[in-house]
Amino acid sequence: MAEEKQERITDIGPPKYDTAWTPFIKENYGKWLYHEELEPGVLMHVSETGAKLWTVRIAGTRLMSTLHMRDLAAIADEFCDGLLRFTTRNNIEFLITDEAKLQSLKDKLKADGHAIGGTGAGITNIVHTQGWIHCHTPAIDASGIVKAVMDELFEYFHDKRLPNKVRISLACCLNMCGAVHCSDISILGVHRKPPLIEHDRLLNVCEIPTTIASCPTAAIRPYNFEDEEGKQVKSVQVNNERCMFCGNCYTMCPAMPLADPVGDGVALWVGGKVSNARSMPKFSKLAVPFLPNNPPRWPETVEVIKNIVEVYAADARSYERVGEWAERIGWEEFFKKTDIAFTPFHIDDYRFAMTTWRSSTQFKFTD
Amino acid sequence: MPITHKTPLLDELEKGPWPSFVTDLKRAAEEGGSDTANDLLGQLELSYVQKVGHWKHGGIVGVFGYGGGVIGRYTDVPHLFPSVEHFHTMRINQPASKFYSSDQLRTLADIWDKHGSQITNMHGSTGDIIFLGCRTEALEPCFADLTAHGFDLGGSGSALRTPSCCVGKARCEWACLDTQDITYNLTMTYQDEMHRPAWPYKFKFKTSGCPNDCVASIARADCSIIGTWRDDIRINQDEVKNYAESGLDIQQYVIDLCPTKCISYEDGEIQIDNKNCTRCMHCINVMTKALRPGTDTGATILIGAKAPILEGAQMGVSEWES
Repeated sequence: MAEEKQERITDIGPPKYDTAWTPFIKENYGKWLYHEELEPGVLMHVSETGAKLWTVRIAGTRLMSTLHMRDLAAIADEFCDGLLRFTTRNNIEFLITDEAKLQSLKDKLKADGHAIGGTGAGITNIVHTQGWIHCHTPAIDASGIVKAVMDELFEYFHDKRLPNKVRISLACCLNMCGAVHCSDISILGVHRKPPLIEHDRLLNVCEIPTTIASCPTAAIRPYNFEDEEGKQVKSVQVNNERCMFCGNCYTMCPAMPLADPVGDGVALWVGGKVSNARSMPKFSKLAVPFLPNNPPRWPETVEVIKNIVEVYAADARSYERVGEWAERIGWEEFFKKTDIAFTPFHIDDYRFAMTTWRSSTQFKFTD
Repeated sequence: MPITHKTPLLDELEKGPWPSFVTDLKRAAEEGGSDTANDLLGQLELSYVQKVGHWKHGGIVGVFGYGGGVIGRYTDVPHLFPSVEHFHTMRINQPASKFYSSDQLRTLADIWDKHGSQITNMHGSTGDIIFLGCRTEALEPCFADLTAHGFDLGGSGSALRTPSCCVGKARCEWACLDTQDITYNLTMTYQDEMHRPAWPYKFKFKTSGCPNDCVASIARADCSIIGTWRDDIRINQDEVKNYAESGLDIQQYVIDLCPTKCISYEDGEIQIDNKNCTRCMHCINVMTKALRPGTDTGATILIGAKAPILEGAQMGVSEWES
């Protein structure tokens, strides 16, 4: 055993970033002069040395079999001297230095059923979470909704252009592993019911003080009672009127599940961005508080998103992101033009109330 | 191997132009012979019918000497889907900015075929390579194979999470920072803090080469490192003329959209009052051939961004510039 431990390799970190780089990437590192988008999904970068690099971007599924990985590796071998990369938004990029191979690479990707696109002023891949594939706290699935939405918006990935890029992200619950809160359109899984408390096992699997402390609205309090057999039970109870269904207690305490088929669903948010271009980075704002959790293709969610994109496409000025457009026309107009109902749920009377409630008379009195 | 579960709802997700994860999972089951993929399809179909997930909460598993990098996961219906009884995640630290050689991809595929389910995420939201669906007893041998081939686990829990960055100077003219080198050095400096969670909560570093922030660091990194410049935007007036000749309305799409009105266009040339420029990138984004960031480059560091809506999401706050 001692010998085994000595042989064990740990804390070596990842492969150094340049281990995969071809000599071409190393030679032109830091020397890039400009780039052009030749068509959606195809970029050409030109170096100060005069060298050119073509990138062909395809949609990745994020959830990927090793067979699929091997297919991608084979394409990289055939066209790209074995080099490829993945983007932050789950796309795959093939990089070639020989323009003569560009068309045959595109033909090969098309023949294999890959979708080329995702650059520039369109809709690229959706950043998303695990959903029902792997997560223990999801309100909704992830991969299935992404597939349904991108099928419907496919033309904006592949060839159709918009006033500016539209970034869509999905997180399957409020833990926000998808960090969707600064996206042009955010799809967020929400719960609408307070947790059920499994009193018979709570003390065995949870720490009561941490569970109480986990609640941001102080809705959880200790609850000691005598059960039907006369046994003293130590547990907690929830003040349902204070609960905002965030699920943080469940993260701390597995005996407080709150997923349910009818209560859970989709909230949509719009107008966020992370880029500093023109206006400052912005949070997404609530557009639709609830849409039903409707597998396998979530038609209500898809329809609202497609409508927002189409209204934005028709009404925004060139280079305006969704949030910049909504701010220029006014949010009243955004709700009117997109035919989304503005409800009491849209008013934040919690943390941001003092800073976000209107403090001006600048209304547009449109009917 | 044929799929043993009926999946009429999931089959609907094989239609349409976007690549289908269902088709790929079926291939892993049928062509790859993955029992795990077969039962994952079965359990996912059940979730689609019932509209709830079927993964149990938690489970402490890992590799010897590490406190993170593996997320324990068990199904709550093992009698129906025994091959996903254990379905742990291994997070594997990606090479910075996710360049791979085809050999590296095949190495990862070989290791995961040998020890696991054939199902991956390329990549997780934080940036790791994700091996999905590992049995407890396979964790240690899989880890040994990974480290023998130069790969290591990433972060999970209350620890440093795997740092990530944009494509940087490897393929972008706007990168004001060596994003990969910063990411690699932070990752190597904090190996212990990444692998043995000892902090109050998760902590994320993300590095973007310019204010376009392609890794969304400003929205989601506790410490966000964003490239910028202090001197003047470089202008190629010949290319300005070419843009004008090619039909770009420079006044409407560049000059009028400058947030500080520090750019002007007269007599076929662009002038910039750089003292009033806020490095927003708009003009550079539109006129890639004519305009470039300056050469006195460095980083703006922002602190405190996070995503979870629990206490309200936060964006990063600029601490200082260098």
